[in-house]
Amino acid sequence: MLALIIRRLAQSVLVMLFVALIAFVMFRYVGDPIASMVGVETRIAEQEIMRDRLGLNDPVFMQFLRFIGNAVQGQFGISYRLQQPVSELIMSRLPATIELAFASATIALIGGVALGVFTALRQGSFATGAIMAASLVGVSLPTFLIGIALIYIFAVELGWLPSFGRGQVVELGWWRTGLLTESGLRSIILPAITLSLFQLTLIMRLVRAEMLEVMRTEYIRFARARGLSDKAINFGHALRNTLVPVITITGLQLGSVIAFAIVTETVFQWPGVGSLFITSVQVVDVPVMAAYLMFIAFVFVVINLIVDILYFAVDPRLRVDGGAAGK
Amino acid sequence: MTEPLLSVRGLTVEFPTRRGVLTAVNNVSFDIMPGEVLGVVGESGAGKSMTGSAIIGLIERPGRIAAGEIRLQGERIDGISPSAMRTVRGRRIGMIFQDPLTSLNPLYRISDQIVETIRTHLPISLAEARRRAIGLLDDVGIPDAERRIDDYPHQFSGGMRQRVVIALALCAEPDLVIADEPTTALDVSVQAQIIDVMKRICADRGAAIMLITHDMGVIAETANRVAVLYAGRVVEIGPVRDVIKDARHPYSVGLMGAIPKLGGDAERLTQIPGSMPRLSAIPQGCAFNPRCERVFDRCRVERPEPIAVAPQREVACWLYDEPRSDGRAHA
Repeated sequence: MLALIIRRLAQSVLVMLFVALIAFVMFRYVGDPIASMVGVETRIAEQEIMRDRLGLNDPVFMQFLRFIGNAVQGQFGISYRLQQPVSELIMSRLPATIELAFASATIALIGGVALGVFTALRQGSFATGAIMAASLVGVSLPTFLIGIALIYIFAVELGWLPSFGRGQVVELGWWRTGLLTESGLRSIILPAITLSLFQLTLIMRLVRAEMLEVMRTEYIRFARARGLSDKAINFGHALRNTLVPVITITGLQLGSVIAFAIVTETVFQWPGVGSLFITSVQVVDVPVMAAYLMFIAFVFVVINLIVDILYFAVDPRLRVDGGAAGK
Repeated sequence: MTEPLLSVRGLTVEFPTRRGVLTAVNNVSFDIMPGEVLGVVGESGAGKSMTGSAIIGLIERPGRIAAGEIRLQGERIDGISPSAMRTVRGRRIGMIFQDPLTSLNPLYRISDQIVETIRTHLPISLAEARRRAIGLLDDVGIPDAERRIDDYPHQFSGGMRQRVVIALALCAEPDLVIADEPTTALDVSVQAQIIDVMKRICADRGAAIMLITHDMGVIAETANRVAVLYAGRVVEIGPVRDVIKDARHPYSVGLMGAIPKLGGDAERLTQIPGSMPRLSAIPQGCAFNPRCERVFDRCRVERPEPIAVAPQREVACWLYDEPRSDGRAHA
């Protein structure tokens, strides 16, 4: 198992290097950094001096190495727009995004598994039909539409929940959380639901399909033939066998929830990394975009690593011989 | 005469489909005595497995028991509530499935699966259940049971897994074990061992066996009596020696002719021409009539019911209807 983790780590480093290359190319070649820093009346000679000082005349390879070296230390340069270090900017926005992502992933996971199991066990009932039909809506409606609809119903018409922002936040060291105040909790409900709806229906359909598959297997029949209770069979024997694909999808979805919270964050004016990215794109703030790219890649790599380790916890067949047997 | 352990009367299992109702098991009756081994033999699709599933109440939807009754020690067990049925399954009737590779849940240790089953049926402590499980694994011939009990199914070979399955089926000490083709998925070299283990362990505990198989050799070595099924019906039932030596129903005659004999002349094994009809196209009269060498007019019109031809022997064939209306032989 250790060997596998090390192998995966090595692969992760490769992936990160590749993404760094893309980020670097973008950083270096999308527009001229000097042109965006200087005014119209700066002389060419002065520009050349700046170019030299910033190391832009060094060989590309050297520049890339320097970029990596800085990135490893968390240095992504200064934002063109806000004139602050990019790493600071991202760190200040990160807690909002992570709290939103985890809140919605929790909703999606609990709701998705529960509904998936329910619809698999109650095949053909009216409730199942209704849930399955509703889930189609969840899959096919775009996120922003759901967000706007929720704002209209719960914020505008009913006035129960706030329609934008994070509410009041509390500082815990550098982490600014909205989960400890009432207004913060009320604020997270709508965006979290909006963001979770797609994942929820996805997980639900996946769990249901897997459950139906597992319920047909011989070992479930054999478990029945031994007189085990329905509860032991459904939740002990069947559900655990559906978990491997569910973990995969949930992991990847958590990654995309963090990465693509952009739309939801925009709709709800959520002060997270996603909305930072959107505003940066609008003004071609390349350092922020490059750093965001690296950050998202990092999130995916870490989540994939965790997913791989979780497989081992769930499926004993993978544990033999450092995982070679399962491949 | 003692009371039968299991008594099946007129069992009929139907599957409603879009193109009409298929009858997988048709008016099947037989008894199993305490401690007895009843072999149930027939081709694929003859209704052997379906009969077993019906007894333990595990017919898959939309199939259903349309008629007949099943009594275990005199008490009806068909159509009882799911919770009552759960006290029968595992506790009073154990079941062994065909494929040991898929019968065990891959994600749980052997110990968990056995202990869970024991504790579902018997009010004993965890430690006690575990001790029993180890004893049982020892009994079915798993070497070093104390250590191997905490292994996962994939760490056992096919034959070893089937031993585990036998241990699981017997862990709550049922009176009857339904073994549905227990050796079909195994290597030939392992088959005999598994049959021996199953027979011995059931004999030790006084459990009767309903052995479902298409392998007449296994039946000949193991069973006390044999029921031959064809297209969902019992065509012949009787003591194994009698049926093998002196089969009466033309289908059983064909089946017995297909057993190779050691030391016999190198003559060709007999073959029954044609194949069993599909459930949707069972011919009128006797289901075997299109393949029968001794068919006569009555067979094509009227369906034969089991007729007693000797003590303990019944044959569903018009050839044995008194007064004997001897059919002309085709061959």
